[in-house]
Amino acid sequence: MLTINNLQASVEDKQILKGINLQVNAGEVHAIMGPNGSGKSSLASVLTGRSQYEVNGGEVTFEGKDLLDMSPEDRAREGVFLAFQYPVEIPGVSNINFLRTAMNEIRAYRNLPPLDAKEFLKLSRERQKLVEFDAQLVNRSLNEGFSGGEKKRNEIFQLAMLEPKLSILDETDSGLDIDALRIVSNGVNKLRSKDNAFIVITHYQRLLEYIVPDFVHVLYNGRIVKSGTKELALELEERGYDWLKEPFESESI
Amino acid sequence: MTDTVSLYDQFQALHAERNSGREGWLKDIREAAFNTFTELGFPTIKREDWKYTNVLPFLKEEFQVEQLHSVAFPATISDESIAGLDAHIIVLQNGRLTNAPKIKGVKIATINDAVDLGGAEEYLAKSIPVEKHPFAALNTALFEDGIVIEIEKNVQVDKPLHIIHTYNSLEAAFVQPRILVISHKHSHADIIETTKVLSNYTLFSNSVTEVYVKENAQLNHYVLQSEPATSRFVSFRQATQEKDSLYNNYTFTMPGAALVRNNLIAALKGTNVETHMFGLYLASDNQLIDNHTSVEHQQPNCFSNELYKGVLKDTSKAIFSGRIHVFQDAQKTNAFQQNNNLLLSDKATVDSKPQLEIYADDVKCSHGSTAGSFNKESLFYLQSRGIGEATARNMLVAAFAFDVTSKVKIPALRAHIEHLIEHNLTENYD
Ligand SMILES: Nc1ncnc2c1ncn2[C@@H]1O[C@H](COP(=O)(O)OP(=O)(O)O)[C@@H](O)[C@H]1O
Ligand SMILES: [Mg+2]
Repeated sequence: MLTINNLQASVEDKQILKGINLQVNAGEVHAIMGPNGSGKSSLASVLTGRSQYEVNGGEVTFEGKDLLDMSPEDRAREGVFLAFQYPVEIPGVSNINFLRTAMNEIRAYRNLPPLDAKEFLKLSRERQKLVEFDAQLVNRSLNEGFSGGEKKRNEIFQLAMLEPKLSILDETDSGLDIDALRIVSNGVNKLRSKDNAFIVITHYQRLLEYIVPDFVHVLYNGRIVKSGTKELALELEERGYDWLKEPFESESI
Repeated sequence: MTDTVSLYDQFQALHAERNSGREGWLKDIREAAFNTFTELGFPTIKREDWKYTNVLPFLKEEFQVEQLHSVAFPATISDESIAGLDAHIIVLQNGRLTNAPKIKGVKIATINDAVDLGGAEEYLAKSIPVEKHPFAALNTALFEDGIVIEIEKNVQVDKPLHIIHTYNSLEAAFVQPRILVISHKHSHADIIETTKVLSNYTLFSNSVTEVYVKENAQLNHYVLQSEPATSRFVSFRQATQEKDSLYNNYTFTMPGAALVRNNLIAALKGTNVETHMFGLYLASDNQLIDNHTSVEHQQPNCFSNELYKGVLKDTSKAIFSGRIHVFQDAQKTNAFQQNNNLLLSDKATVDSKPQLEIYADDVKCSHGSTAGSFNKESLFYLQSRGIGEATARNMLVAAFAFDVTSKVKIPALRAHIEHLIEHNLTENYD
């Protein structure tokens, strides 16, 4: 589904991604772990087309198409979704109208007719339940005044509505208490299928007890320095990241 | 000034003709106003309050300044009403009243009739500071006719009064509409003003609207400006408020008229008065939209709140000047003011100038002004959900305007304005 080959990117002339390689197939869940500042969010940003990032090497194909060549909206329409680490608040844009616009623009791109109000509402109710998202929040301004946890749940609610092929969850677990974490994870697990894939970015192996990954990668200083299976997450939990850091630290000096 | 000499001469001739053979209070007022205008002349950028707006180039044209009442108008204007709006419609043609609907508790008359009957004397031109406003002086000296709307005591008007200003001419025209509104004690009314320009010739409108909101009366006053590029609008509106009254002014200016200069004054002459001024301006092309507002807190325990928001495209220019004047006696004043601007083009400019003159010590006052472009994070967020860039920008503009549009209390009018905003911005951005 997604092939990342030697991806390099910079922001404000600072090289952040220094050659990322990753293959994600349909049906898989990949976890990306790594210390703060290693470039995890940057990778998510580059994959979804945030304009501040300049790609200066490598390529990314998504379902056989050149992903980096597309506008952010076309990437979403092709089926890429990012659950933001820091979702923005947009006062004056209603949550539900925003979602409806998004959904219908995606449908139009795929030559599907817009959902009528009734169908949309039905789907919305159903998906709200899936992530136990408060109906009152649905009608408020987008994320305005939401708590950290509510914002994260809103991201997963949107994910559930838009049914992307590839979902990237950027630290969706941070700021969630254990109940919320379980709800969000349950939602994600219900949405998992053989046709879609997830990249789960996290600090903590805690999340990975709920969303069990097929692969775990460690991103450090702009590179994937280690890949393994879910056992790697446990090892990281025990040993920290330092044992992975050393050789690269000296190399980069 | 040389360029406007002939225009001045036209006005002087008109003034001489109008006032010959007339006697009475109105003659005296007109005489004094014309002298004031002669002294002041058309405002130049040397005047502090016209520093950013050079009106003179807009006056360099051969204008028809009289006999505008004899211009023919097409038979119907029914399609100019706002979809779904249930209102009493009052149509003015080049400033003259053509139909006066019968409304329970509301008196509507031409100014000339009202003057003949003696009703207007107490109010007409009685409290506006023409010495500071050359255009208002000119209008006062020379308006041909206009309307008086009186909301009678204790009356709650059942539907909004929708004044439709229509303009037509066979050459460039200079019109001077005049409106007098009196909301008597304990009355409650909504007034909506919209404008329709029918001709393709240049139109210069110099209007004066005087509003009196008496004790414990409430008036919501909506002004919607969406005129073609051939028009220039200079307006003067003043609300004079007595104790316990509420006046809400909503001024919406859409892309169009080459020049818009609104002067809006609220004179709070009683205690416990509440005043709101909401403004939204969308400027495009080479438009110049200038809002000068002034809130005069003359008495204690009053509250005023002003929120003006602007969206600027292309090479447009906006000016906001907001004055809050708290008199020495006006203790316990609460006065707030905010002006926010969204610049959609780096060639658009805005000058935002708050002016606080506070002579009382126990007051709460605040003001703020911002100018900025789109929030990139917000834009990216919307796009990352599959929303195209143009749509995303429109959503953000609507969201920016929301603080103001959401204050409109008449649903059909609000929908109409939201539609106009969307319609006016669904074009390419640069
Ligand atoms: N807009 C930006 N301007 C400058 N540096 C940035 C910007 N965004 C991220 N960075 C830098 O890129 C590096 C990687 O950040 P990030 O991708 O957020 O890491 P992570 O998500 O792994 O914590 C950090 O050193 C951070 O300071
Ligand atoms: Mg991060």
